[in-house]
Amino acid sequence: MTAYELWVVLGMTAVTFGVRYPVLALVSRVRLPATALHTLRYIPPSVLAAIILPALLAPSGTELELSLANPFLIAGLVAAILAWRTRSLMPTITIGMALFLAWSWIVRTYLGA
Amino acid sequence: MIAGSMSTATASPRNEFWAGATAIVPLIVGAVPFGIIFGAVSVTSGLTPAAAAAMSAFVFAGSSQFVATGMVAAGASAVVIVVTTFVVNIRHSLYAVTLAPHLQGYPQRWLAPLGFLLTDEAFMIVVQRFGRRDNSPYRHWFYLGAGLAMYVNWQLCTWVGIWAGQVIPNPRAWGLEFALPLTFIGMLVPSLTSRPLVLAATAAGLSALALRGLPNQMGLIIAILVGVATGIISERFTHTAGTPDIP
Repeated sequence: MTAYELWVVLGMTAVTFGVRYPVLALVSRVRLPATALHTLRYIPPSVLAAIILPALLAPSGTELELSLANPFLIAGLVAAILAWRTRSLMPTITIGMALFLAWSWIVRTYLGA
Repeated sequence: MIAGSMSTATASPRNEFWAGATAIVPLIVGAVPFGIIFGAVSVTSGLTPAAAAAMSAFVFAGSSQFVATGMVAAGASAVVIVVTTFVVNIRHSLYAVTLAPHLQGYPQRWLAPLGFLLTDEAFMIVVQRFGRRDNSPYRHWFYLGAGLAMYVNWQLCTWVGIWAGQVIPNPRAWGLEFALPLTFIGMLVPSLTSRPLVLAATAAGLSALALRGLPNQMGLIIAILVGVATGIISERFTHTAGTPDIP
């Protein structure tokens, strides 16, 4: 484990325990206002989407790759359809991964990318 | 289901513990692929096996572990990763708010471990159990059983995944790290059950794409804020159209 990783794990441990335990400890009537509850529900989808879109559309980290030769985009779109239709994790991951590997191979072999 | 069968049985710490551990099994099964994929993806993304195992052992919060792994792979600073972890996990304080009234009067030596074991899965099972009014004085043992079962399983799955990620030869060449965004897609799409949620995700995704050039993944945090703001604002416009899931 590197020093960087140690800081990451220590920091993550502290903030995660810090959002779980103190509220239980202050057992008094803590009640969040309804607006706070509304706000919190938008965090998980925002986090996920903010990671997914760049990973599909700019997999190299810089260039926007809106083309059929981008296997991340093709497999990601199909995975999204699968996730929407099946609402299940395993087919989304397995079929998405299989398509990604196959598409990458096709792109490498026939498009010389 | 299984938990319901013991409401009239003689309550004891042991009974409650095992009832909790049993009731959470369906959710544990659902978490198995997550744990294995986390272990595998974390080592293929550049984390050392020790760091991946330590993350599961001490942080014990699946989605934030995935996010952190992605950020480590992208070269984000430790501070940005920790801040993002806080943002991702803040929903746990909501769970704590819900469970706290049921745990009044318990000593800190119980509340600290129960707090540590508070995951999405444990919450769903425990909140059901606590909702039943049956005067069992050992309900905290139910929580402990559910939480520990989840914890042990998460460690085992992480180790299996770390092993799998290492034995696959040259994983980078295969692009297996794509399993991470794929997992996120599988988590995100079914959760988009209302128009404000769809708009929030869309705005966050496009913002992250537009801001991807910012250093230390600062674009990610700004994108999350944009997504949350979009969701809140769009609620005002979609409310008249009728969104029953928003109370």
